Amino acid sequence: MMSDSSYGQLVKLDNKHGVVDVPRPDVSQAVLKDALSARPFDAAVTAFVLACLPRSKAPVLWVQDRASRLENGRVYGPALKGMRLLRVEVSHARDVLWAMEEGAGCAGLAAVVGEVHGAPPVLDFTATKRLAMRAEASGIPVWLIRSGTVEGLSAARERWRIGSLASEVHPYNPAAPGAPMWEAELFRARGRSPGIWEVSHDAGKNGGENRLRFLPRSGDGPLEEDHGRAAHAAG
Amino acid sequence: MDRWRRITAAQRTLPDEAVPVVLATQGTHGPVVHAVSAAGVARGIACGARVVDVQAIHPDLHVEQADIEGDQALLGRVALWARRWCPWTVAEHDGILMDVRGAAHLFGGEAQMLRDMHARFAMQGLRARLALGPTRGAAQMLARFGAQGVICGADDVAEVLAPLPVAALRLPHDTLRLLERLGLRTVGALADVPRVGLMRRFAGTVEAANPLLLLDRALGRSADPLDAPAEGARWLARVRMAEPVVDPVPWLEGLAEDLAAQLAQAEQGARLLRVTIYRVDGEWRSRDVATARASRDALHFVRLVTGKLDGIDPGFGFDLMTLEALRVEPLVLHQDRLDGTHDAGADVAALLDRLTAKLGPQRVTWDAWVQSHKPERVEARVPVLAGAVEGTVEVARERPLRLFDPAEEVVVLYAVPEGPPARFSWRRVTFLMVRFEGPERIAPEWWRDRSGTRLRDYYKVEVMDGRRFWLFREGIVGDARGGDPRWFVQGVFG
Repeated sequence: MMSDSSYGQLVKLDNKHGVVDVPRPDVSQAVLKDALSARPFDAAVTAFVLACLPRSKAPVLWVQDRASRLENGRVYGPALKGMRLLRVEVSHARDVLWAMEEGAGCAGLAAVVGEVHGAPPVLDFTATKRLAMRAEASGIPVWLIRSGTVEGLSAARERWRIGSLASEVHPYNPAAPGAPMWEAELFRARGRSPGIWEVSHDAGKNGGENRLRFLPRSGDGPLEEDHGRAAHAAG
Repeated sequence: MDRWRRITAAQRTLPDEAVPVVLATQGTHGPVVHAVSAAGVARGIACGARVVDVQAIHPDLHVEQADIEGDQALLGRVALWARRWCPWTVAEHDGILMDVRGAAHLFGGEAQMLRDMHARFAMQGLRARLALGPTRGAAQMLARFGAQGVICGADDVAEVLAPLPVAALRLPHDTLRLLERLGLRTVGALADVPRVGLMRRFAGTVEAANPLLLLDRALGRSADPLDAPAEGARWLARVRMAEPVVDPVPWLEGLAEDLAAQLAQAEQGARLLRVTIYRVDGEWRSRDVATARASRDALHFVRLVTGKLDGIDPGFGFDLMTLEALRVEPLVLHQDRLDGTHDAGADVAALLDRLTAKLGPQRVTWDAWVQSHKPERVEARVPVLAGAVEGTVEVARERPLRLFDPAEEVVVLYAVPEGPPARFSWRRVTFLMVRFEGPERIAPEWWRDRSGTRLRDYYKVEVMDGRRFWLFREGIVGDARGGDPRWFVQGVFG
């Protein structure tokens, strides 16, 4: 982890392979993570998950149920920049979970992403626990994107809530929206303390590095000073 | 004719037995008679006559359309079925040739075998004209022009064939007319003509039109072997139960292993599997499963088929179950790498099989790209079992991460003359526009769209709380293609 004085902490994303575990890249374990949307019809959560996925030639299994397809639309291929998507579109959340479990056991995939809208009864603690254990056994990152009202327990190792922030200033046109900024809240995590960050993503254009930039929301300084427990855990 | 009678009887009432029925095909000068019913034969209707002429003579004629391809398909199937009597059978365009050499004693002699054939064809509802000859040509001549069920030995073939007309040699029309002009009406007359003269007369004709060659073959003077097509290999594993059972799952593993062993021996891999259960009440049920790449992994077969068996109705139980590979591809054992790691591609192929088998082929797709200006048309989906898609799409402008298809209309609350609406409402939420970028104009594709389709001006709009939408206005004021332009949300940016 790098830390520079003015910009909080930088997470370098590997261009080739390897799982990026934000904001602590040394914990490169592939686990089940929940990503919740802070507001309805906000694509920030999709963008955040896509930025966290490992870049590889292997396909990404993207499972969507009917409700989330109607609510949030489909992921649009031309915006993905070379990522191979294996799309599975089902009508019920039960099939989403089944397809994700099948995918989580398949070593040939780069990642598994599932989308579920609302809180269907089948998506309970047991189901997420099974999914989490599968993901840890196979070493494939598994993301569960949830929209709508999300209630109930989840066995996900990390739970994020992502929302859009006002974008950065456009370099040439002040009236136009610039590079996106997101607010990422880690509200439940195992072995790590929660927090809120402002996140921006350099996609590695113009020869730059592919990286996510995390700024602590409080503005009081770097993360370790805010959360002593995390510093202690890091040793 | 028999086939027509059976098919039609299942659908509607047949005409009376006394009414002559003909099946017609399209000839050079209008429809011609292809087949005639028994009543028609009794009245002297011949095949090849023009239907209008026959209708003029017999006003009560019943004409139906002949199904030539269907007849051929039936003949092909019947030829394979006829391998119950001998291993070499071949379907010709209007008959079946069987080489029964060395097979007749199995049925109690030649006459007994012909009776058996006649009875079994009658059981199928088909009338067969049977004849047994020492050569292929003699047999086909006797079957069409000789008596029913005639058996002709090798010694008396010349005498038996002699009274038949030369048309029995199946010569083309102009050769027949030439022979008629020469006064050669029967095979016997043709055989009596000195060979040298005939040979010189028909020196330039092709094989099928040369009466001397055909006669030589029929009389056994030259060889005429039968070229029977090979029977297609079938990959089938079956299990019979002592008692009717309801649950097919415990039997599946044995079936899959049996089939996999058969495939392994032939170095083939299955692409399409069919599992069939035969119920005790005489019904059968089957399910098909396709695979993404050729496979003969028994465990994989079991996992694929298990998902399909939920919808299968066992009724009161079944006592026979088969697992069949309908489509196979060569699959040779190969090793991709030497470091002993697992082949990840094979894992993905197996995953695709399982997903497709359970969810259906249209639900599991790769992205394919279509050259189009319209954003919703750029993406096409191909089922994964149809094969992988290569290439990526290049779009010069920024595109939203999520797309709504079809686009959803927004209610404009506060329009401004230039640019997107300052306030708009979508899905009953009011948004206040802060910044925008655009327009990007996308014209209708005149070669594809209906006329009257309006152009679109796309804007990337950021609202108060930071969400970024992709709005477009359909048409412009005064383009004479409808009323005031409407606004739509097409997508959301990340």
